[in-house]
Order: sequence, then C-alpha cells, then structure tokens
Amino acid sequence: MTTVTVNGKEMQFDGDPEMPLLWFLRDIAGMTGTKFGCGAALCGACTVHLDGTAVRSCQTTLADAAGKQVTTIEGLDPEGMHPVQVAWRELNVAQCGYCQCGQIMQAASLLKDTPQPTDDDIDAAMSGNICRCGTYPRIRAAIKLAASKLGDAR
Amino acid sequence: MTTVANDVLSDITNVSRRAFTLGLGASVFVLAAGLKPSFGADGQAYGGDAMPHGLKEDPLVFLSVAEDGTVSIICHRSEMGQGIRTSLPMVMADELDADWSRVKIVQAPGDEPTYGNQNTDGSRSMRHHFQPARRMGAAARRMLEEAAAKTWNVPVEEVEAVNHEVIHKATGRKLGYGALAKSAAEMSVPPREKISLKKPSQFRYIGKGKIGLVDNFDITTGRAKYGIDTRFDDMLYAVIVRPPVYGGKVAKFDATEALKVPGVVKVVELESPPPPSEFQPLGGIAVIASNTWAAIQGRDKLDITWDHGPNASYSTDIYHADMRATAQKPGKVVRSYGDVDAAMKTAAKRITADYYIPHHAHGTIEPPAAVARIVDGKCDVWGPLQDPQAARDRLVKLLGIAYEDVTVNVTLLGGGFGRKSKPDFALEAALLSKAVDGRPVKVTWTREDDLMHDYLNTTAVEHLEAGLDADGKPVAWLHRSVAPSITSIFKPGVKYEAPFELGMGLVDVPLDVPNLRVENGEAEAHTRIGWFRSVTNVPHAFAIQSFVAELATAAGRDPKDYLLELIGPPRRITLKLPELKTDDPWWNYGEHPETYAIDTGRLRRVTEVVAQASKWGRELPKGRGLGIAAHRSFVTYTAAVVEVEVDGGGRITIPRVDIAVDCGPQINPERIRSQMEGAVIQGVSLATVSNITFRDGQVEQTNFDGFELTRIDAAPREIHVHLVAPDETYEEPLGGVGEPGVPPIAPALVNAVFAATGKRLRELPIRDQMAS
Repeated sequence: MTTVTVNGKEMQFDGDPEMPLLWFLRDIAGMTGTKFGCGAALCGACTVHLDGTAVRSCQTTLADAAGKQVTTIEGLDPEGMHPVQVAWRELNVAQCGYCQCGQIMQAASLLKDTPQPTDDDIDAAMSGNICRCGTYPRIRAAIKLAASKLGDAR
Repeated sequence: MTTVANDVLSDITNVSRRAFTLGLGASVFVLAAGLKPSFGADGQAYGGDAMPHGLKEDPLVFLSVAEDGTVSIICHRSEMGQGIRTSLPMVMADELDADWSRVKIVQAPGDEPTYGNQNTDGSRSMRHHFQPARRMGAAARRMLEEAAAKTWNVPVEEVEAVNHEVIHKATGRKLGYGALAKSAAEMSVPPREKISLKKPSQFRYIGKGKIGLVDNFDITTGRAKYGIDTRFDDMLYAVIVRPPVYGGKVAKFDATEALKVPGVVKVVELESPPPPSEFQPLGGIAVIASNTWAAIQGRDKLDITWDHGPNASYSTDIYHADMRATAQKPGKVVRSYGDVDAAMKTAAKRITADYYIPHHAHGTIEPPAAVARIVDGKCDVWGPLQDPQAARDRLVKLLGIAYEDVTVNVTLLGGGFGRKSKPDFALEAALLSKAVDGRPVKVTWTREDDLMHDYLNTTAVEHLEAGLDADGKPVAWLHRSVAPSITSIFKPGVKYEAPFELGMGLVDVPLDVPNLRVENGEAEAHTRIGWFRSVTNVPHAFAIQSFVAELATAAGRDPKDYLLELIGPPRRITLKLPELKTDDPWWNYGEHPETYAIDTGRLRRVTEVVAQASKWGRELPKGRGLGIAAHRSFVTYTAAVVEVEVDGGGRITIPRVDIAVDCGPQINPERIRSQMEGAVIQGVSLATVSNITFRDGQVEQTNFDGFELTRIDAAPREIHVHLVAPDETYEEPLGGVGEPGVPPIAPALVNAVFAATGKRLRELPIRDQMAS
C-alpha cells in the first residue's frame, strides 16, 4: 500500500508502487489536469509540484512521492486564482492549451524560488516545457506579469 | 483503499445535453435554401458551398435562447488552438446583439448533414463561415424583435435589439431575450432579404479582439477536457504496437508474458491493411489493461515477429539522393508560358540551386487518443477530431451499423496541425471496444507511437534555375518540384503530386518573369504522407523565397527591392488552362478564381509593411543579419523579416521576427496575432531543428530528444505581428489565418543567416550546418 498526499488529500494505492505518478493521477485518481506528453521527461506537460518543487510526474514513481505533498494544477489554487493562472488568462497565453497546465506549474515553481526572474532565468526554468503551438512569447510575458503582481502584493 | 472518485466524463458541453427554447415548436426552415451561394458562371460551386455537405445556415440549429436568457451557440468546427470556439460564436453573438457573458458555447458532434461541413482543416473555418454566422445571428435577432413587436402590438420597425434585450424606443418598454425566447421561437426564420446585418460601426465584438478565450478558465485550471482526458468508471486502457514499417504486418506473436503483467486484461491482434491504407488503423497488437501504465508494461513484454513488407528498404539518405537525381531531369510540365529554354540560352547569367525539405511530424503535445463505447449496437466515440464526419463515416463502415447509431463527440484538441484530421486512432478505439464486448476503451498513442506512425509532411527536393539578363533581371524561370504525394494514402501507384499540392505556392508562383515553366518529377511514397500545417507551401516557399534572395545576390541587389521587383506591379492573376498544364482547373484553395485572384498588390503591401516595421536596411553589428520572404497561401498574404545572430561557434539566435499578414477582414485580431506568433515559432522549429528520417523503413526519431522542437530559450525573443487590412469593409472575401504564417519563416531565416555570414543553407533543418 502506497500513501500519497495529493492537493492536501491523502490517497492510498494498493497497486504497483513503481507506477509513475502521472498515470496514478490520470487513470486511478481521475485527475486529468496533469497531461501525458512524452513519458520521458522531455516535454514538461506532466509537471506537478513535489513538496513545492516542479517535477515531471512521468518520471516520478508513486514510491518516490510517498509521504510527500503532491500539488497538481487542480490544487495550485482552489479558485484557480494563482497569480500565474490569472496572468495566463489576462494575456490569452493559450492556443490549444494542452501543455499549459505543465507550463503554469513550472512557472509557479520558478516564481516561488525566483520572484523576479530575468529572461535567462525564464529560459533556464521553462525550456523543459514544450509548447507546439508556439505560445512562448506570451508565456514569457505572463511570467513577468505574474511576477509584477506578486511584487505588488508583497 | 480509499475510494478515489472517478468523475464520469465531463467533456466540453455537448449538444445532446441542451434543452433550449428557441426552436421548440418552430418548423425547421433551412435558411440556406433561399440563398444564392457562390457559384461560378459555369455553375461550379466554390468556397464553403463546394465543401462536402456545404454550408448549413439554420439559426434554429445553431442558436437557441433559454428562458433564463442564456444564449447557446453551437460551434461545429473543432478547437485546436486557433480560437474558433471563441471567434465563430462571437460573430453570431455580435449580430444577435447578445451579452457575451450570457453566451454558452456548445460543441457539435460529427454530423455534417445537420451542421454542414465540419472538416477543420485548410484554414477555412472563419473564411467560409463568417458570413453565414453573421446571417444566422442577424436572423435570430430579427425573430426576437418580431416577438417583442407582437407582444407590444407595435410595428417591428419601432423596436430594436440592444445588448440582450429588445427595446421599444417610443415608450421605453424593454423585454429581455429570455422573456422573448418562447414567442420568438414561434416566428418563422426570416428570409435573407429581411435580414439586416450590422454596419461595422455597430459591432460589439467583431474586429475588436477584446474577448478572452472561452476555454481560458478551464485550460488554466486543468478542467479543460481533451480527447485523452475522456474517462468512464468501467473504462479500459489500451496501447497498441503497430507495424514498424508502413505496409508491414505481424508474422507471429507471443503474448504470454504480457498477459502476466498485473492489470493486463486482454491482448488483441488487429489486422493490418495493405497500403494504401487511407485513414484505416495500421493494425498490430493491442494490449488492454486496467490503466495505461499496465498496458504500456504489457506491451513491452510482447514478443512479435514482423513481416516488414515492401517498404523495408525506405531510407532517407537513399531517397533524398534519388529525389535529387530526379530533379535534374525533365519532369511533367504543370505550368508553362513563353519559351524558357530559348531565354535560358540567351541569358547573361544562369543560376541553379536545389533545396531540400525533410519529412516533418506534427508532434501535437496531446498524442492521438480516443475513447469508444458500444452499447446496444450503438457506438459512441470521444476524440480530438479535426474531421469528425470522416470518423463517423468510417465507423459506420467498420462496425457495419447504421449512421444514426454512431455518435462522434468532439473534445478539445491538444494540437492538431493536420494530424487529427485523420481518424485512424478513433477507429482503433472502436475495434478494441468491440473486442471487450463494448466496454469503453481508451486508446492512447505514446510519443513513440505518434512519431513512428504519423501522416508526415512530404519530403521534397526543389530544383530552381533562372536566367538573368545583363541588368540582373530574370528572363527565364524553371522550377522542378519532386515530392511524394498525399494522395498516395488513397490510391496505389501515385507518382505525381495532385493539383491541390501543386497549387500551394508552386504553379501559382506570382512572380513577374517573361518566361516560366514549372515541372513535377516522379516520386513514390513509402510512408503515410498527410496534411501538415501549410502542407506543400512549406517546401515551395522555402525554395522560391530562398532562390529570389540568391538571385538578388547574383544581381548585386538588395533582397527586399529585388523581391518587390520580381513580384512586379500590382495586378490580379488567375491561372487558366492551357497555361496551366494540369488535368484540372486552378485549385486556388477551392475558392473562386476571380474573387480570390492572386493580388500582387497585396503581396507587395505586406512585403513593404514588414520591411518598414522591421527597419529593413538598418545597420547591424557583425554576425547579425536580416532576411525577408513573402508568400501567398490559403488566399492570405504574409511576409516576414527574420533577424538572426550567429556567434563564432555558429550558434544561431533569433532576436526578432516581424510578420505582416493580410487575411482580408479581421474578425478576431487577437487570435490572428496569436496564430501568427505560433506560426513563426513552428516555422523556426522546422527550419532549425525538426526532421523525421527513415532507416530500413523505420522512423529514427522516437521522442522529443530525436524529433526536436524549438523551446522557449531558442524561440525568437521578440515577435511583432503587423495586421494589414484591405480596407474597412467586412464584405471583402476572407483569407485563412491558421496556416499562412508558416511558409515565409524558413526562407526568411536562411536568408538572414546568409546576410549575417555569407553562408547559403539549402537543406532543412539547418541545425548543425553552421557549426564550425
């Protein structure tokens, strides 16, 4: 039996502890906000937070996550009002939107560690997340917008 | 174990759930019946009228008003990032004068007899449906006004619909749309002559770009449902190992170990059809399990011996060399005027160049995935489908059941780019559901599956020759294109490209040269070729716009000035037989040859706009350069200037891209901008890093480490989009938006690299060709 805490809720699983967290979230827990993109940590679509830090859930096993706090896009903010989410909407960042949950989780993690990121910081943190629609200019702008809002709030 | 709630499917709002008022009791009157569609003098239909199932213009089908005032608008086109679920309903809402905050978008299932053509491809949605959407909104507005006038017993001319209510100006009386819904439903749909469209000055939403994406909240909170997110409590999960070579099949297999994996429920062999396999599944061995992870693990344990079939010798190196050799020999002439051979002989200078474009995969971040369920002989499918009718027609045949017993539900698409217009993955889901007595089955393609079994963009060698006079002006132009055709997936023995492929920037080259010949060389396909965003415009624009810059260099001229000179004076060109040597008349993206003539004035204008906006000709530090390219595709005009910086090690960065677009009237400028931004980055991706290669019939790139895509650190740091409108009217014909941004990027980029370094790159992707 593996116990993981997802968005503050304790969940138990009696299956294979080597199952990637991604498939547990999507297929077992029914939380489809975390996306499958490559299964090899090459695209970032499956990004979640493990104890507050961005990780690829396709390369994180349930055993890895056991006893830790998992935060998914569904739990980033109960009302969907995290400054990153708000900035994403304000700038209409999304095109198809599929990769954006991973992008938002990665960006939220970046801003937690680096509240006022430079362009180089953004490149370094976000280059693991592919957007095939090509929303990168707006992702960059939205991260800066969210950073400025967070700065104002402080 | 703690029970984890498996929320039953909550996809994007589906038509079957609606309960609307407007329309109840009203007889269905097909508005389109009384209209004069766009037909040529010969009776030939064009545009939306020429598409399968044409246009349907019934406001009772597309629009409804509930008694609480909620306006529901059906979107019958698939959303894949172009913003159509926002933009098209916005048009109807504007003409209806509805309050956008009270509008709900409902996604239509695949049902073209009801909704008209739904194939979301070819940059056609707004181009074909803007005016019908306006007329439907305006017709419904008129019905609400008539209902109010009847209630108050006043002439309809005295009332006016304004922002979700109808007002009687003389007395100040008002009735909301909800209150009027029932009585409005009793009005007959007004004929076209009684519909008055708004003047552009009256628009609330059209042309403003002020409306956020309707799916914004769901997308940013993880609630948006793509095909791969479809779930049912009793659903099974499948992955399939398909023949690694196109046309191959299973010789024998052993599933003993696979079946031992906990969670694996069943292993099913699927038949592999011989090529050409059209949109049919490729066959192989499917592993069905209680979750995706178990299915993947089971698949890894399969022991399969393949019969690779006739395409096992397909290797990119050999094929590339073959295409190059073919391109040196005369091909089938597809357009010709003047005497190219004579003019070449007397030319002061002759320039020749060959350009190469590799196969390219779509790489949608949501891989193909679909769910099917069969209950009481009725099949329901959920999937990210660009062409749901294509899925439905094939499901009917595949399952041998009635048309009305197949329902194809369209989810959001996590990227499309042409891949998801082919419904093979939805058919796989249906076959597997059938194999488990109709239980819901989700088929998920892993990334490896997606890259190894895509319908790839064609690969091409483009051979160009020009003869220049003493002033450096071209007097002869020869273009020979060699590329396997998309039509090879439909019929055997295809050796030449179809008119629609030749018509994407090849035969319709709009240059002002006195002698011109275009040829098509033979090429047979050995893999599935399909539509990829901008299709053959990608190789054609890359070659032609690179070559124009090469000629400018040979002539000692500025590339921008030379390009404008080659485009020539403003004129309208329609291609006709016998100058056009194809079997069919000019394709012209299915549009009327006069209404949508090639307008060189518009091509000039986008070129001039982008040159000015990018400050063409400005002084640049060493290692930096600007490149320019212009192209007409999907009856839209685009031009781009790319600025590159190449460091001492040959590393290329892109500080800035400017792109100008003239797509006719701009309905949602905000989404036009976002489409152009995305097209620039997709263009950079295919120009710099992405390709698919084959060895022994098998794709060599199996994930995003081999098939590379441009990431944020390599994307242009600045993208400036310049919208060029023909004029202020909304009656002008619309151009496409989704695709036309892509073609000019690769040539502008290599032209910039040449400007920066003096090195001319003629093969894509340029990846490491600059490394010193």
